[in-house]
Amino acid sequence: MSQNHLLELAQDVVRRALEAGSTDAECTVAEGDEFSANVRMRDLENLKEAGSRAAGLRILIGHKTGSAYTSDLSAEGIEKLVRSAVELADITTEDPHAGLPAPDELGSLPGDLGLYVPGIEALETGMKIDWAKRAEEAALSADPRISNSEGASFDTHTGRHIFANSRGFAGEYRTSYCSLAVSPVAREGDSMERDYWYTMARRLEDLEQPEEVGRTAARRALRRLNAVKVETQKVPVVFEPRTARSLLDNIFEAAHGTAIYRHESFLDGTLGEKVASEKVTVVDDATLPGLFGTSPFDDEGVPSRRTVVIEKGVLKSYLLNTYAARKLGMKTTGNASRGLAGNAGIGHGNFFLEQGVQTPEQIVASISNGFYVTELLGFGVNIVTGDYSRGAAGLWIRNGELAFAVSEVTIAGNLKDMLLGIETVGADLAFRGSVAAPTLKIGEMTVAGR
Amino acid sequence: MRFSDSIFPQRFQITHQDLEAYLGEALSRGGDYADLYFEYLATSSISIDESMVKSASQGVSVGVGVRVISGERTGYAYSGDLAPEKIRKAARLAACIASGPGRTDKVDLNEGRLHNLYPVLTAPTETAFSERVELVKRADRAARAYSPQIFQVQATYADNLRQVMVATSEGVLTLDRQPLARLSVSALARRNAGAPQRGHAGGGGRVELSFFLDQKPPEHFATEAAREAIAMLDAVEAPAGESIVVLGPGWPGILLHEAVGHGLEADFNRKGVSAFSGRIGQKVASELCTVIDDGTLGGRRGSLNVDDEGHPTQRNVLIENGVLRGYLRDKLSSQLARADSTGNGRRESYAHIPMPRMTNTFMLAGESDPGDIIRSVPKGLYCANFGGGQVDITSGNFVFSASESYLIEDGKLTRPVRNATLIGNGPEALKYVSMVGSDLRLDEGVGVCGKEGQSVPVGVGIPTIRIDRMTVGGTA
Repeated sequence: MSQNHLLELAQDVVRRALEAGSTDAECTVAEGDEFSANVRMRDLENLKEAGSRAAGLRILIGHKTGSAYTSDLSAEGIEKLVRSAVELADITTEDPHAGLPAPDELGSLPGDLGLYVPGIEALETGMKIDWAKRAEEAALSADPRISNSEGASFDTHTGRHIFANSRGFAGEYRTSYCSLAVSPVAREGDSMERDYWYTMARRLEDLEQPEEVGRTAARRALRRLNAVKVETQKVPVVFEPRTARSLLDNIFEAAHGTAIYRHESFLDGTLGEKVASEKVTVVDDATLPGLFGTSPFDDEGVPSRRTVVIEKGVLKSYLLNTYAARKLGMKTTGNASRGLAGNAGIGHGNFFLEQGVQTPEQIVASISNGFYVTELLGFGVNIVTGDYSRGAAGLWIRNGELAFAVSEVTIAGNLKDMLLGIETVGADLAFRGSVAAPTLKIGEMTVAGR
Repeated sequence: MRFSDSIFPQRFQITHQDLEAYLGEALSRGGDYADLYFEYLATSSISIDESMVKSASQGVSVGVGVRVISGERTGYAYSGDLAPEKIRKAARLAACIASGPGRTDKVDLNEGRLHNLYPVLTAPTETAFSERVELVKRADRAARAYSPQIFQVQATYADNLRQVMVATSEGVLTLDRQPLARLSVSALARRNAGAPQRGHAGGGGRVELSFFLDQKPPEHFATEAAREAIAMLDAVEAPAGESIVVLGPGWPGILLHEAVGHGLEADFNRKGVSAFSGRIGQKVASELCTVIDDGTLGGRRGSLNVDDEGHPTQRNVLIENGVLRGYLRDKLSSQLARADSTGNGRRESYAHIPMPRMTNTFMLAGESDPGDIIRSVPKGLYCANFGGGQVDITSGNFVFSASESYLIEDGKLTRPVRNATLIGNGPEALKYVSMVGSDLRLDEGVGVCGKEGQSVPVGVGIPTIRIDRMTVGGTA
């Protein structure tokens, strides 16, 4: 199917939905191709290759809604899709806030956002296997204690996203990326630890070199060896960028419009108030060319934008789709996000914490006794209350230096206090996905161990 | 189910000869083994929020995955289109993993054996929406009626019907019809203008819709969610550091899933990357502990008549009186270990490569009275309910997060404590189990297990147990 064909298909689905009695309709069509090569212990392990496509429809009849999806895009499949969505409006409730964005809110960013780079799908299988092998080899040969591996993989993905609604919006964009990851296992005596490293980019030329990825992964696994459980104590905690990212995920969930109108976020009712230290500025920006959270329009057809969520510690904005905005008497921030089925939810673009000036080494050097967290385990974060308690592993900081490996401990506190307690923000912001944070130092948390 | 009754020949005109030809194509460059996994998945979901049914959706996805195994190598390709040329193309792509002369032996398919663990005549997915929508409305009303302190309720009912057909180059053809339904309720409580707390409950299984009318009605889950939310309003800070921990029966069995289950999946052990690798026959738990993984329990969420490789599920002893007995194997790991599959080859969908996964994982009941177990603890933590958990299978460290727990003081449950994560090390943690209750309970049927990006439904269960030493991640 040509690319115009899928756009026409989406518009056709919308037209049919209106003919079937809907007062409004929105249709998403997604198409994707994936390829993955895995090697393990220097030998090819898996090759996977495939493509898929599917369509989703959401309709409104007045203020009642219904939704359906299908992977069958034949005439019969589309007819059933429309019937299925319309049928469900019978069982939903009249909701005065349900509806599409206003026509003047619809639109798409102009120009090339650098989301699709031709050539990714033409990469040779042999080359992909070779890159994965090189990355694993670099890890395995980095140190005799790296004697095993969970393997390395090279993945490519190309996709096409189409959206049309009954208010006249019709848009589409393509995406592509490639990634390389490796997970070595380090062993010394009874101690066995694994870690990983990866690189991801829209263009092959922007990936880190396989040898660099392998060596970084090996270094990360090696430094975890012979970890001990420390005594329970309250100390400064440093999150390296990989774990600091998860704090941004927590901020996103708490600034999420749905959580706000339901009063199930610790940030509810704090707009305009100081919720974090003045060193903290958090931005959502889906307009940055080439990045992984970038798109020309959101999943309701509203143009992508930049929203400052927290500015120098003060909560400036929630992240909203049309529905949450109406519930709160606000305007959408262009953060609608949806799969194929159901009402639009809320997602983020490139969601990040602006970097500071100190290097990670300077931050560690400022601490006489503290914990440098490189790994978090589990889901112990309660966004309603802000209570935070997660499994952690990392390195103990003694007199300004990373002294020894620590594992089987937890770190705990409350996100409200943790955000206010961010004392230092590192200068090492880098995007390895759509959420990014630099190194962060929190003044005090409880480390539970022995 | 017989082949001729299945949706694949009926709607997609697939014949035995077609399947044999596709398998031939898959082995056209050699390879030890090939299989085809056809899936027709219908899903629906209905949600209520603020007492309004705000969302209802349904849909269908269809596809086939083709796998070729050659030594330790796997080639995999899938198609969301069941047109013959698309399936042949997928078979040719998967075949590329092997590089030898094609196999010429013809596959002769015969229907394999399977259990009948969910004799569901009409799957919930096939019932009228007008009946299913009542479940979320009833849940909403019941949670709000529980107490005026409940100010937000969300309930989601979701079901699916998965029809699968697996054909293997060993000549086995298996068909199954796998219904699944779940009702989940979340309630928020607030006292005066204080901070809110949340409670959760849910359950279901491979059941008929009548399960939610006769056995576990919406009111059961709704009042449980409301009760937990209100109980947590009085929560104090959780302790920090090592403590005696008592786990209540049921869902706290997630301990077993994280502490031992994942570490015993044969893929990790074949590769030597699990903390349990090479430990068969060793003592990894106190002799009070016997841990089972059983995919044959009738109607349970984690049960399957056949696994996703067409192999019948079975009851597998993982730990017997504290001694490690066995791993969970799929086709590939059993072939490499020259042992039988344990019926644990599972996958999220036709777009995913199968791997060893758990089904229903639980500890057998012991002899202690649950009340005596609590009374035996001078100072500790009692965990009644949990959220999720996670494990690092290489170091063996695992966590699971308590969503409802209480301080034990002088043998009595006193105050509720705030959410805290518990952390331990898989091969060590169960050595400190000093009492096992007589009250084995399986969970209500909400578990979802994630591994390498694939989610599958699972069950867990445990009796009340006392663990003499575990690190509790509180702040006090």
